[in-house]
Amino acid sequence: MSAVFEQIFQVGFLAAIIRIATPLAFATLGEMFSERAGVLNLGIEGIMLLSAMTGFTAASLSGSLWLGVLAAVLTGMLMGALHALFTVVLGLSQHVCGIGVTLFSSGLAYFLYRLIFGQQSVPPNIKGFQTLPIPILSDIPVLGPAVFNQFALVYMAILAIPVAAFVLYRTPWGLSVRMVGENPRAADSAGVSVIATRFQAVILGGALMGLAGAFLSMAQFNAFTFGVVSGRGWVAIALVVFGRWDPWRSAGAALLFAFVDALQLRMQASGLGHIPYEAFLMLPFIFTIVAMAVMSRNAVAPSALLKPFRREER
Amino acid sequence: MPAPLIEMRGITKSFGAVKANEAVDLSVAPGEILGLLGENGAGKTTLMNVLFGAYAPDAGEILIQGKPVRITSSADALAAGIGMVHQHFHLAPRLTVLENLLIGIPGKTGRIDRAGGLARLAEIGRQHGLALDPDLPVSALSVGEQQRLEIVKALFRGARLLILDEPTAVLAPSEVDGLFSALRSMAAQGLGIIFISHKLNEVRALTHRCTVLRHGRVAGRVDDPANTTSSAMAQLMCGHEIVPPARGPSAPGVAVLTLEGISTSHHSGTALRDISLVVRAGEILGIAGVSGNGQRALAEVISGVRAPDAGRMTIAGQKVSRFSPREVQALGLGRIPEDRMTTGLVTNLPLADSMVLPRIGTAAFSSKGLLKPDAIRAFAEEQIKAYDIRCPGPMTRAGALSGGNLQKALLARELAFDPKVLVVSQPTRGLDIGAARFIHEKFLDMRTKGCGIVVIGEDLEELLVLCDRIAVMYEGRIVGTLDSADATIARLGLMMTGAEGHS
Ligand SMILES: Nc1ncnc2c1ncn2[C@@H]1O[C@H](COP(=O)(O)OP(=O)(O)O)[C@@H](O)[C@H]1O
Ligand SMILES: [Mg+2]
Repeated sequence: MSAVFEQIFQVGFLAAIIRIATPLAFATLGEMFSERAGVLNLGIEGIMLLSAMTGFTAASLSGSLWLGVLAAVLTGMLMGALHALFTVVLGLSQHVCGIGVTLFSSGLAYFLYRLIFGQQSVPPNIKGFQTLPIPILSDIPVLGPAVFNQFALVYMAILAIPVAAFVLYRTPWGLSVRMVGENPRAADSAGVSVIATRFQAVILGGALMGLAGAFLSMAQFNAFTFGVVSGRGWVAIALVVFGRWDPWRSAGAALLFAFVDALQLRMQASGLGHIPYEAFLMLPFIFTIVAMAVMSRNAVAPSALLKPFRREER
Repeated sequence: MPAPLIEMRGITKSFGAVKANEAVDLSVAPGEILGLLGENGAGKTTLMNVLFGAYAPDAGEILIQGKPVRITSSADALAAGIGMVHQHFHLAPRLTVLENLLIGIPGKTGRIDRAGGLARLAEIGRQHGLALDPDLPVSALSVGEQQRLEIVKALFRGARLLILDEPTAVLAPSEVDGLFSALRSMAAQGLGIIFISHKLNEVRALTHRCTVLRHGRVAGRVDDPANTTSSAMAQLMCGHEIVPPARGPSAPGVAVLTLEGISTSHHSGTALRDISLVVRAGEILGIAGVSGNGQRALAEVISGVRAPDAGRMTIAGQKVSRFSPREVQALGLGRIPEDRMTTGLVTNLPLADSMVLPRIGTAAFSSKGLLKPDAIRAFAEEQIKAYDIRCPGPMTRAGALSGGNLQKALLARELAFDPKVLVVSQPTRGLDIGAARFIHEKFLDMRTKGCGIVVIGEDLEELLVLCDRIAVMYEGRIVGTLDSADATIARLGLMMTGAEGHS
């Protein structure tokens, strides 16, 4: 048993957690911004998939990874805008539109991918992001190689957490986002445009979801496959609840999920081979369900979540 | 008179078929407190929402210091120096006082300007006696403090005109004095104030001038409210004289509702302790008491929502055994709950559905498990006519009705089935004189017809006008019952503090 443990908690373990947490952190922060403004975005799963596809395509056609990232972010913003058009401007059901966006984006991703790359027995891949050690910091024992010898997108995710918290809690725009998510009428009567604020928050959320997709196809897998997202978007929605709609807690939730996922991967690879690997695959999801059940009892969603705003209605 | 600060000319606004405002003119001068009066549904809130940019008028114009302006959003109104304290506050309970104050205020170098906000908050607090703790969440504030925050919010944005929509409806009498002195201090500094209320004594005490609305039109103006009688103003509001209803001599018959030794164990509210009372046919029994002394539990037991732990209750001579709303209703009990919006009606359903809800399973409205929509609609239409319920029609969402009209709808619903006993809580809270008068008359009619009525309320004047006997509740028990001939406000007030009375 101790040999198993040794194998699990080796040097690369911490680095693996960080890498698994990165797309989740982007996606969770993106969903959080949207929900804080009162808009549930169930389009997240599809938006991540489509962004992973457009990012990969742009990178492989242009040869520039950063152009790929840009394409993914723009894709996320565009799909966010689509969701916002339906739910914020037209006031349609957030559930229905979100699922619609996911189905539409997924279908579009498959279709465009086939159109561009055709049917190939071995999926094309690219030379993805390489690790970028940060001088001095990466020499710190244990922490250094795990945290400061990572992809550039990982550093962006780490920076995104305090920036998100700052934007949400310290800027007038962030206050507007929280207000339209709690009581849109109050925001409206204080001269804040509910529609514009929600629109912006959903688009910002889409951009972050786009980054999550970009990471998957350009840093983690360096290829686009139809299973590249495989439920990470849905997990992010749960993590937002688990993180009580707060940037720090949400990022913490992503990290915790990543820990369980990394653990699960190591257990698969370790000497516990007589257990079917699907059993390990379930672990992070069991964790999510249990954590949600425990935490969501006192989690309070933004009061105006799911509620469209129409001024003359009472 | 100084030049008007704000002038509204010919404002018209309709909601579907309802003309909420029709050719309304109104003006306020700097330093003036204008009273805006009218019955429920007269169009006061609508008019102010037009001024504040929340509703777009169908016709009419708004002038600020003589110049026409276009106000199409609250942002425009705020920029033009108009602030509004809505009847239902526009605050986010989970955000702090300061955050609610700073919403929509541009920051300093991209950040929320906390220091600047704190300084202005303290300054406004000092000037008008409106102190607030900046870092408390709004949910921790009392209703009076929330209102104070709304006023500060308006002043913070540089309002030169402040609109207050029924600000006193939610306040305790002691808080009203504080509000009035703050408003007087603001007016003294040259602010214009529009004060909406249908409490005429308040209007007479505070305002300099009044505009009275009736059915969406200006019914008249009062230039010297302090020296105008309440009844003259009431007549403008209602279009006819308001005389207090006359209660004929009582002729109580058989007991229609009896409670013997009813007790409930402790729950979220005050528990009932050994309550016994009798209501006879053709009499009105008042239950007085400071709210929170068990009135809610009593109303719930009588209406079969809650079963008591001990004691016995009969309705029209029949013992209540299961304490379900259906059982007590079948025995002949009608009830009007305290909270019209949550327990009274289903606000998202058409009014017609709400009006038949308690009797939806009866042969009148359904057969073989299917509803009879035509019968339901016809019933609602009939009641809307009979009770003069102002709404676009029976299919209107119940939640869109004003308080007075909701109360009429509830009353219509219960009275249509000739209950033997009627239990009502706070029957006229938030209602204007006309609507209150209407409700009172209906109660007295029912009394003449031999219905036994229990009125649970805090308004002693109302209880004295209506009731034959008044019982006083204190900490879950009945401390005494007075014949209304012997009852005075002073005596009841004393008993409400727990002093024993004699029956
Ligand atoms: N948002 C709305 N939608 C539909 N009808 C409304 C709306 N607001 C007000 N009304 C109707 O307009 C009339 C005037 O209402 P209101 O201005 O609230 O009166 P008041 O404030 O004087 O009690 C009422 O008949 C009311 O039912
Ligand atoms: Mg009103």
